Amino acid sequence: MEKILFYFFAGILLFAATMVITVRNPVRAALFLVLAFFTSAAIWLMLEAEFLAISLVLVYVGAVLVLFLFVVMMLDIDTSALKEGFTRYLPLGLLVAVLIVLELIAVLGAANFGLDQVPVPEGSDESNTKTLGRLLYTVYVYPFEIASVILTVAIVAAITLTLRPNKRKTQDPAEQVKVRSKDRVRLVKMASEKRQDGKGKP
Amino acid sequence: MLDLLTQHLLPNIGKILLIVAILMLAVAYLTLAERKVIGYIQMRIGPNRVGPRGLLQPIADGLKLLLKEIILPTRSNLYLFVLAPVLAIGPALAAWAVIPFDAGMVLADINAGLLYVLAITSMGVYGIVIAGWASNSRYAFLGAMRSAAQVVSYEIAMGFALVGVLIAAGSLNLSEIVMAQQGGIFYWYWLPLLPLFVVYFVSGVAETNRAPFDIAEGESEIVAGFHVEYSGMAFAIFFLAEYADMILISILAATLFMGGWLSPFEGIPVLEPMFAWVPGLVWLLLKTSMFLFIYLWIRATFPRYRYDQVMRLGWKVFIPVTLVWLVIISTMQVFDIGPWFNNIVEVTSP
Repeated sequence: MEKILFYFFAGILLFAATMVITVRNPVRAALFLVLAFFTSAAIWLMLEAEFLAISLVLVYVGAVLVLFLFVVMMLDIDTSALKEGFTRYLPLGLLVAVLIVLELIAVLGAANFGLDQVPVPEGSDESNTKTLGRLLYTVYVYPFEIASVILTVAIVAAITLTLRPNKRKTQDPAEQVKVRSKDRVRLVKMASEKRQDGKGKP
Repeated sequence: MLDLLTQHLLPNIGKILLIVAILMLAVAYLTLAERKVIGYIQMRIGPNRVGPRGLLQPIADGLKLLLKEIILPTRSNLYLFVLAPVLAIGPALAAWAVIPFDAGMVLADINAGLLYVLAITSMGVYGIVIAGWASNSRYAFLGAMRSAAQVVSYEIAMGFALVGVLIAAGSLNLSEIVMAQQGGIFYWYWLPLLPLFVVYFVSGVAETNRAPFDIAEGESEIVAGFHVEYSGMAFAIFFLAEYADMILISILAATLFMGGWLSPFEGIPVLEPMFAWVPGLVWLLLKTSMFLFIYLWIRATFPRYRYDQVMRLGWKVFIPVTLVWLVIISTMQVFDIGPWFNNIVEVTSP
């Protein structure tokens, strides 16, 4: 039963991953990437890594890819220009692909990474989340803190790169609240006009 | 194999069908309640022609939408155009799997329940974004863009508010979170987590794209936003998803901050035994209805936010508030201040 499910999800994952790089339309490619993330979350769930699986969906599918889609939808990509360099870069691309496949086989081949070497972990009584949290804040506390500092630096850097203080057209809410009607509207008292023919009341 | 079928599959499918059927009925009557409540707030009567006191109005509306033609725009992306409503309703229904309706009355009692809800509801935005893009219409596209930016922004504030609940209860399991609030109305988390409670509910209103945060639809600016090209049942499904999400946010607010199925008279001498016969489900539904009423009340009261103000509220007000309050409750939790957080934090290295 577990094997059937695994091959089912693995099949979908491979299909989705292939579609991501072959499909022409960038929006569809992004949507296939969503499918790929979702199926890999399902595979993680089968390994009883529920916290990781759900956070994969939460972070990547729920936030990162939404923003990705946001950007991709705004782009106006000429797909014919993308196809031009295909034959020229093919030999180099193939070489890199073959190298990566060889490396993956060397590390992740059935000899080192099969079910016999790395058995499916027994389901423990303690919740996955608790164990992860405890490990992160005790054994791996320094790498964890350093990673978060690096991420914060990256955020600050990204914001400073795009921030152009002189060209911004933002409104200051405090200024908006402080505005009174007499700052904007001036009531002028004028004498009423006379009728042109000079008869009757104005 | 047969054992698996009769022992697990069939009862669970039965429960799923029951939850979905009741939810759909609730959605139908929520639309009627909305029209009635807003009607009375605006000194009107609201629908009162179909059936006694207008009670059959949602049935009539549903039939009308079922019989209408579904128009497919010629230059739209057909597959995605049809897929979008499915992607909108799927997460809205899937999240209900972990909601505890009473002690032990839950479809899937998983440990990471709160995280699951957050992850699944964050998928709902795809329905809107894809609908807007596939329609090949400027208005729909603008609506989708606005919605994507808004939902992603408010998800952060909402997530932080839920982290507060998680710190207070010491668990991600929704049933355990309810049990941690035992002890009466002042032990429920609305009191110690008051800022987070407010942030959660307002972010919930923003997440479901409801007034005053309904800039994704914004009738006065972009016609109807992302679903401008949809008609008939395809449109109705977006509607169903929105209302199912509203009920979900309300029932979650009741579960996380208002003690879920717990009786409000707990710990009060005379009233507690007097109301002891009331099942927990009734309390939960009453609390949920209260939040749904607030939803409608807000819609009838406030004008729509301007787009930049929505973003400002989310990023510059809500996120700092939740961050500060997280520090405060963490301190309260660790130093055992107040009667609320009496669960012991175990710090042992593995």
